[in-house]
Amino acid sequence: MTELDAEALCQQLAAQMRPHVTPATALVGIYTGGLWLAERLHTELGITQPLGAIDVSFYRDDYASKGLHAKPQRTEITFNVDGAHVILVDDVLFTGRTTRAALNELFDFGRPGVVELAVLLDRGGRELPVAARYCAHTLAEPLPRSQNLELQRDEDGQLTFQLTQTPAVER
Amino acid sequence: MRNPQLNKHGELQHLLTLDGLPREIVTTILDTATPFAAVAEREVKKLPLMRGKSVFNLFFENSTRTRTTFEIAAKRLSADVVNLNINTSSAAKGESLLDTVDNLCAMHADMFVVRHAASGAPMLIAQHLQHTGRDDVRVINAGDGRHAHPTQGLLDMYTIRHFKHDFTNLTVAIVGDVLHSRVARSQIAALTTLGVPEVRVIGPRTLLPTEVEKLGVRVFHDMSEGLKGVDVVMMLRLQNERMNGALLPTPQEYYKIWGLTADKLTLAKPDAIVMHPGPMNRGVEIDSAVADGTQAVILPQVTFGIAVRMAVMSMLGSH
Repeated sequence: MTELDAEALCQQLAAQMRPHVTPATALVGIYTGGLWLAERLHTELGITQPLGAIDVSFYRDDYASKGLHAKPQRTEITFNVDGAHVILVDDVLFTGRTTRAALNELFDFGRPGVVELAVLLDRGGRELPVAARYCAHTLAEPLPRSQNLELQRDEDGQLTFQLTQTPAVER
Repeated sequence: MRNPQLNKHGELQHLLTLDGLPREIVTTILDTATPFAAVAEREVKKLPLMRGKSVFNLFFENSTRTRTTFEIAAKRLSADVVNLNINTSSAAKGESLLDTVDNLCAMHADMFVVRHAASGAPMLIAQHLQHTGRDDVRVINAGDGRHAHPTQGLLDMYTIRHFKHDFTNLTVAIVGDVLHSRVARSQIAALTTLGVPEVRVIGPRTLLPTEVEKLGVRVFHDMSEGLKGVDVVMMLRLQNERMNGALLPTPQEYYKIWGLTADKLTLAKPDAIVMHPGPMNRGVEIDSAVADGTQAVILPQVTFGIAVRMAVMSMLGSH
């Protein structure tokens, strides 16, 4: 998976989105990888709406079985959600459950006009009827569930993909 | 013996006392409370975490602030909240504490928030639940006798961190009726756990527990000496209802010697904050000019209390 060039995919994603956004389009990044990506896109696409950030910890559907995720971050949506054109941004689209949680949280801030989803990579394995409007790359074969794929950011702000084995006993 | 508040994975199962609670858990609660505090600024002040859970507020002693903030916290987490008015309940007809608990468990309680005049009552309930195979029911101590008031201690730590950012360079004074105060015990435990280098207790000999210095505090019987150079002044309420002897002359005399006035506050650092767990006795332990002054953070304490209780409930609330 290291052959995936996150930086190049980032450019492709921005190119896909460019014809469809205006400075008033609102981007909302999902912690952590999605927020890094959204920060990039926000600059690349010359968006003037303040960037939003969502931590879905309080809306996850596995809370009852797995408990609260460690170190939840503060969700910040400072633009007016009512009637807005919102693009949720995440690094990797997998089951669709994170997107569902982010949608629920977004709607607690108001009633958006249009919500779309932008992701760097679709790894397959969907469990919910969720699709990305903008997606830079779709894996030909879905990744096994035992593998975890996520974005990393180094000290210089460079984005790379990291593939790890999910621990046998998941917390 | 393992800490009865923690499960075998070292995770918080009940919150009974801050004494002996590992520093990482205290810090995690404070960290978790921060995003919960932001929920109050939203249009919809509600999160779905505890949807379908039943929280029972079991208050065997009067309380307005604590019961209300626990109720708001549970409701913001979407739990169903039942407030038990014990004065008019079966306890008044002679039902035992554990029978009450068993009956509420039969109504599928998921969490008990307990306030009781007897030290150790919440612990007794937690042990009873364990012995009767109901490990999935959680207990939060909302104040027991003179023993502990852990969520008050935590919200005080959250407040200090909010205004002072770091615990490791602070001098903190706890002033007044330490003897009857479960709040003071929880504060001392939390402050020492979080690495505050100097914790002072200030009060008359009759209102300080014997050998209080064994808790790791410096003892002062002189208000002016004790307040010198402190960063945080934590006032305590004079608990007249728990006193049954000649511990004090008169409230007026107490105020003269131990009441926090603007004059005495000048001895502390210029940017010192003043805290009080409420309810305040104005003109007894604190002067109105100080309570309403710029250094007081008494109302932020109340607001932060909701976020801290949301954090504790949500950390306990999953199975």
